[in-house]
Amino acid sequence: MKFEKKHILFLIGAVLVVAGLAALPLALKDYGDGLLLGLFSYITLASAWALFSGPTKYISLATVAFYGTGAYTVAVLNETLPFAVVLVVALLIGLVISLLVGLATLRLAGVYFVIFSFGLAEMVRQLITWFETRVTGTLGRYVFVDLTTTHLYWMLLGLACLTLFIRWWIGESRLGLAIHAIGDDETVARHAGVNVTLVKLALFAISAAIITLVGAIQSPRYVYIEPSIVFSPTVSFLTLIMALLGGATRTWGPVFGAVPLFFLFEWLSTNLPDHFSIVLGLIFVGIVFIVPNGVLALIEGLFTRKRRGTRT
Amino acid sequence: MLSSTLIVGLVLGGTYALLALGLTIQYGVARIMNLAYGELVIAGAFFTMLMVTQAGLNPLVALILALPLGYGFSWLLYTVVLHPLARRSKSQGQLEVDSILVTFGLLFLMQGLYQVNFGGNFQGYQWLQNPVNILGTKIAGGRVIGLVFAVLIGALLYLAMIKTRWGVNMRAVASRPQFAALVGIDMRKEARMAFATGGALAAAGGAILSMYQTFTAVDGTFLTMKALVIVIMGGVGNLIGALLSGIIIGLVEAGVSVAIDPGLTLAATYAIFLVVLLWRPRGLFST
Repeated sequence: MKFEKKHILFLIGAVLVVAGLAALPLALKDYGDGLLLGLFSYITLASAWALFSGPTKYISLATVAFYGTGAYTVAVLNETLPFAVVLVVALLIGLVISLLVGLATLRLAGVYFVIFSFGLAEMVRQLITWFETRVTGTLGRYVFVDLTTTHLYWMLLGLACLTLFIRWWIGESRLGLAIHAIGDDETVARHAGVNVTLVKLALFAISAAIITLVGAIQSPRYVYIEPSIVFSPTVSFLTLIMALLGGATRTWGPVFGAVPLFFLFEWLSTNLPDHFSIVLGLIFVGIVFIVPNGVLALIEGLFTRKRRGTRT
Repeated sequence: MLSSTLIVGLVLGGTYALLALGLTIQYGVARIMNLAYGELVIAGAFFTMLMVTQAGLNPLVALILALPLGYGFSWLLYTVVLHPLARRSKSQGQLEVDSILVTFGLLFLMQGLYQVNFGGNFQGYQWLQNPVNILGTKIAGGRVIGLVFAVLIGALLYLAMIKTRWGVNMRAVASRPQFAALVGIDMRKEARMAFATGGALAAAGGAILSMYQTFTAVDGTFLTMKALVIVIMGGVGNLIGALLSGIIIGLVEAGVSVAIDPGLTLAATYAIFLVVLLWRPRGLFST
């Protein structure tokens, strides 16, 4: 890949933006800090979700299975190991689980995969609950680490940048071409020599590992952790519609979907908690009927039409 | 101990089987995966509860009323929301993704409406609680009557599917969608009718469920998931498969909750689901 002027300009711009974002907590109060953390957690989740689901068109609801696993790993290990080591352990656990699950299920397609991925989170939650009550005898654990919200935010900011970079890099590489081919027509891709299963498995594992890390980094914010808290299906559904609203096939799509929806749902859960799921439902229906390819594609379409309109 | 587990499992499985029948017709004929199916079941349960507590009707009367209401509601839902999607989509894969997302939306919308109107508590009413003795196991009378009606409705539907022209058309669309149109079957009409029939069964299933157990505004999701697991186990569109699988799942749940832990019933259901998907993805009873 050649480095052109626009790449360098983009890089400088990106560094400035990230530096600005990293300095943001200095200007904010505690509440703002927490909000920022939540926002970047969803930006990362939605981007990681789209990393796998955007090109392959598999609708995964397993997000919270990995997110919860990450959070729970921290809850179990935070007293015995330093935080950095715990994060590595969480990453490895996420990778191993996703490879096992991926090998078993990526042959499934369509609704079978949706149901399976939804059930996976529920199954992990029930198994951990059962294990904790029956074997260890402690349901619910405390997480005490020596890190402020700002530290956690910096980690998530870094992870968000990394996720976006991976998405961009995959888009530029041979792997990106293979992925596009799978999304367009799996049979054709297979005949063209793409190792479909391997590509899907790799994407699923990378995406799952990032999601596990988000859960692990968010874990200290909960302070008290219980399976029913960190395995809440809402996380999976919010991630899903954020990515879809922005457009899951575009690098920046999930970011543009996550920002407005995060603030909307944050506002809803404090002001109109009873109407949370009604609004969520309406957004689902709205996305399918109004912006099936995401807001970014819609805006782009409007611009090109306008340009064409002025030319003629 | 064993016989009581068996009987509890059979009663549970009977209701599951009825629910799965409705879903397998919707998915098999209309080719729409309706993830808001369980919400319609809960609608039937709420309707029956209101009829019993507010209007003072017998739950069985409410059950009879729930059938046409469920049919009408689903007919409308198909015509207004899902048919435009089916017409818009270029491929089956696109329709599948779209219908999954839209019915997810409906699921949350309906759940939200229930929660706003009824709150999140356990709902229910008292009806025929006095126990009936079956082979040494005491079971509430409402449960037995519920099972009898589930079996009755399921049997009637099965007869209609096998013996009538209406049923033959529908089975034709289910098994050979590409040829059904060639023999003069109106695919669009069949799809709409199948979707509506499935809705009627869902509402009836909810009415029956409310006769013997309490429910909450958010129970629909797990009913959908269970019905779906049963449908896939039985093979999509396979009525007898759905009936048998429903009973198997009922028995397994009862067995697991007695032998291991009631908290693991769902995990057991999914374990079975996974085994079926990997071992016989076209259903246990496919040839």
